[in-house]
Amino acid sequence: MTASMTPTVRAGATHLSPRLTAATAARVLRQLRHDRRTIAMMLVLPSVLLGLLYLLWKDVPTLPGRPSIFDQVGLTMLGIFPFVVMFLVTSIAMLRERTSGTLERLLTTPLARLDLLLGYGLAFGLAAALQAVITVTVATTVYGLDVTGSVYLVVLIAVVDAVLGVALGLLASAFARSEFQAVQFMPVIVLPQFFLCGLLVPVDQMAGWLQAISHVLPLTYAVEALQEVGRSTAATGTMWADVGIVAGAALLALALAAATLRRRTS
Amino acid sequence: MDTVTVTDLVVDRGRRQVLNGLSFAVPTGQVTGLLGPSGSGKTTLMRAIVGVQQVRSGEVSVLGVPAGSPGLRSRVGYVTQAPSVYEDLTVRENVRYFAALYGMRSPEVEAAIADVGLIDTGGQLVRDLSGGQRGRVSLACALVGCPDVLVLDEPTVGLDPVLRVELWGRFHALAATGTTLIVSSHVMDEAGRCDRLLLIRDGDLIADSTPAQLRADGRSNDLEEAFLNLVRAREEVGVSGQGRGPRSEAAGDREGAPRGSEQVSRA
Repeated sequence: MTASMTPTVRAGATHLSPRLTAATAARVLRQLRHDRRTIAMMLVLPSVLLGLLYLLWKDVPTLPGRPSIFDQVGLTMLGIFPFVVMFLVTSIAMLRERTSGTLERLLTTPLARLDLLLGYGLAFGLAAALQAVITVTVATTVYGLDVTGSVYLVVLIAVVDAVLGVALGLLASAFARSEFQAVQFMPVIVLPQFFLCGLLVPVDQMAGWLQAISHVLPLTYAVEALQEVGRSTAATGTMWADVGIVAGAALLALALAAATLRRRTS
Repeated sequence: MDTVTVTDLVVDRGRRQVLNGLSFAVPTGQVTGLLGPSGSGKTTLMRAIVGVQQVRSGEVSVLGVPAGSPGLRSRVGYVTQAPSVYEDLTVRENVRYFAALYGMRSPEVEAAIADVGLIDTGGQLVRDLSGGQRGRVSLACALVGCPDVLVLDEPTVGLDPVLRVELWGRFHALAATGTTLIVSSHVMDEAGRCDRLLLIRDGDLIADSTPAQLRADGRSNDLEEAFLNLVRAREEVGVSGQGRGPRSEAAGDREGAPRGSEQVSRA
């Protein structure tokens, strides 16, 4: 009775389905909820580290009329923390999907590959939003971080950075065969972007070829967007362009990650 | 009426040919057992039926369309040998997630959990369960989709005898409602519980039969003994007739060697 010989393709069986993306995001968040220590670290650690930077530069004098070093560095770090944390968390989570056999199993269900990846992006994006709200609140109230523009824009940029971290983490996990390798992708993918993003040395003061590299690394635009918010009261066109580039890079990484998921393997 | 048709299926894994041109059909609404020693190609064959295995040649069709077709994803359930569920979720959360993927709701979730006898453990994290219980969670995640075809890779390994009998009862109940089940096992005492049997060894199909027919062909009431008799008869023919190169010669040379140890060493 149930086994009729004419297969009926259920609507959206392999195409993107908001319902399945949401179900996947909810599942990832439930997994997170059972791991209280990870939640605590995710939410509290950036504020603690920011506090360390605050104390580091608290007594260093700044030139009159210039923003303090902490204002510059602290603001940038609000975008870098979620990027690094979400990159690490996602690459490990995705590697676990692969090694536990759940990934292969998911690929035999009506779940589209992009549903899975967007589900991860959505779940960790939400976690990043919570993280960003806490960190920005602590930074501006406890540490007196001075942001010229809107703090909402800072949160927005932090979330987009987190999604970039998620997307790159999903992509990187495709090339890792073990947890050891997955963790090593952190220095490979994250550190060069951190060195060249314009925080340590302004991009226009780098050697030409380093500038060229810096310009193709998405974190550079994330940092520029935050610097724009730090400089001007209203959202600038440059800032929106930067946010667009970071979001575009995240989507590109997600598409590449989807291409690495093979339904048929040898 | 056949639900699965396999024609001249050849599969390589690495440099080794794992399936050597199998052809058979799996009838609808029955429990078909896939029996053979470990390393014989059972899992590879099941993966090909589910459509996750790259094949070199041949055809696998499920419900009238090529295996792995998008339309089959909501109609074919696959349970791997190692439990593939989320250890950091509870039993119910796991089943609920897979239910959502198949478009099912709460009643199906509770029914699937009850079917595998885990009602009392629904709220526990999978990582706190025993190996056998984890396997049942994995099974529940496939049952919840109410698939037309259920492919189960060694679902009863490590289960206590009472539960094993219960699960076989469940499989036959599903078959009675029209579900087609393909169940692999390397234990011959489970063969007697199947409606049909496919015996494979070293990537060859050596019997496509029923338990009764196998007992007759293998001249023994004990299915394991009947299986061994068939293997021996086949290899005697293989030396002169089939000529599959070095392998059949080697089989001829070792005619007197104990088969059991050979099967294990190939695993």
